[in-house]
Amino acid sequence: MLLIECPWCGLRDQSEFTAHGEAHIARPDTPGELDEQEWGDYVFFRKNPKGLHYERWVHSHGCRRWFNAVRDTVTDHIHATYRPGDGQPDLSDEEPDQPS
Amino acid sequence: MGIVIYAYFGYFLSHRTKNPPPTPFILHHPYERPSICVRMKRYSIFSLARNALNYHQGWQKAWRSPDPKREYEVVIVGGGGHGLATAYYLARECGIRDVAVVEKGWLGGGNTGRNTTIVRSNYLWDESAGIYEHAMKLWEGLSGELNYNVMFSQRGLLHLAHSVHDLQEIGRRGNAIYLNGIDSEFVTPEQVREMVPFINLNCRYPILGALLQRRGGTARHDAVAWGYARAADDLGVDILQNCEVTGFRIEDNTVTGVETSRGPIRAKKVGCVVAGHCSVLAEMAGFRLPIESFPLQALVSEPVKPILDCVVMSGSIHAYISQSDKGELVIGAGSDAYLSYSQRGGFDVIEDTVGPVLELYPIFSRLKMLRQWGGIVDVTVDRSPLISKTPVRNLFFNCGWGTGGFKATPGSGNVFAHSIARGEMHPIAAPFSIDRFNTGALIDEGAAAAVAH
Repeated sequence: MLLIECPWCGLRDQSEFTAHGEAHIARPDTPGELDEQEWGDYVFFRKNPKGLHYERWVHSHGCRRWFNAVRDTVTDHIHATYRPGDGQPDLSDEEPDQPS
Repeated sequence: MGIVIYAYFGYFLSHRTKNPPPTPFILHHPYERPSICVRMKRYSIFSLARNALNYHQGWQKAWRSPDPKREYEVVIVGGGGHGLATAYYLARECGIRDVAVVEKGWLGGGNTGRNTTIVRSNYLWDESAGIYEHAMKLWEGLSGELNYNVMFSQRGLLHLAHSVHDLQEIGRRGNAIYLNGIDSEFVTPEQVREMVPFINLNCRYPILGALLQRRGGTARHDAVAWGYARAADDLGVDILQNCEVTGFRIEDNTVTGVETSRGPIRAKKVGCVVAGHCSVLAEMAGFRLPIESFPLQALVSEPVKPILDCVVMSGSIHAYISQSDKGELVIGAGSDAYLSYSQRGGFDVIEDTVGPVLELYPIFSRLKMLRQWGGIVDVTVDRSPLISKTPVRNLFFNCGWGTGGFKATPGSGNVFAHSIARGEMHPIAAPFSIDRFNTGALIDEGAAAAVAH
């Protein structure tokens, strides 16, 4: 089980949170002008990386607020959490995780 | 014993008349390693007796371990059940024997060896019925066809309904299944108790009824991979283990081969059958998939005497259970809710599974759990697989089986092989195209199948 740092409440147990997938997907400005290809890509196609994943979480059983996290999907190590609207954290100095 | 002997004799008799002419020996330059050295010796009660006299020292290797050739007509990426089945049907039914299966680890070491071995075909939508029932019919003759006992056991499979909503769901689905010509019966709580005498009907999750597929059951997962590998190898397929694909060779938007840890391999066509890592391979080929990967956990108990002779599933409380032939209770959990490639999940998921299992079966409360593990499942939004062409010509993907790919192994391999051979998708596979996420023609098993695959 993971320990997650809620940007508002601090370190809490993962069972208090709900994961909501890839972060930073912007809704298209003019949905009516998109064709099937573009709309399907926006709704259904995801990065699903093996490595750093920028993702959304909700503190469902806590403050019920949304935030973003950067997690390595190989090790589940959470490198950073940050509030919506804050820019993506710079992780270029981080050592890459060694999978156990 | 009489039945066993009859089964073997029956198989020999039918085999003698139906078998195609044997593979011809291929003559090789003396310095080139022959691709077919010795014809596979068949398993039978006589070979068992003969080898018993020799202290079982004389068994032939089940498959060769050849070095990669420079070029194949078809390269299959992924040596799990689906990939090996694809290679087998390419060689057996499509006349393409110049095939390599490349596997980064060992055969069946991924989700093939990690699932809860349940086989069923009771799906809601016609497209799903098409592929899962195709698989079920192949399962029913598989041990004979492969000359390998995959221990397929149609012991019956119950889907429990715990609420009025569940009853309505199995009512709708049960009728849809029946109209597709697949067996499906509604059973009362009393009938459930006849099948599972120790079940607690009036617990926190009361049992109001169940949907029964008598042809459903289990199979030995490892044996499926090994049986297909042995049969494919016998037809000339090269199985290359410890050979990881690190990239694709793509020229003019057409795949021409794969880069591997054992050197480049050219191929006219490439089929990717990689549970858990299909997005990683798609990224190598330059496109994205409508897929996210999650951990899915399962656990087994210490072995006990036979007590549960059917499979019992419950979609609404995420717990399904069967007893293996070794006597272990095999328990499947729900998948974790966050994307991960870690092959291990959270303990809360195990708690959420074991709790309801003990509500339903208090008799199991003092069983010790022996092992618990996780695999990575590739899940699409509509919970149906992708069997599809891709934006790259001659590169085909068969993936996204989510939490329930094992049951489809023979059918998936069969239609994928025909699709690769023809260059056009087999009619059963065609609805499972990646394009459906752009056209909107989803096959939404999400609501119907939910967790209980």
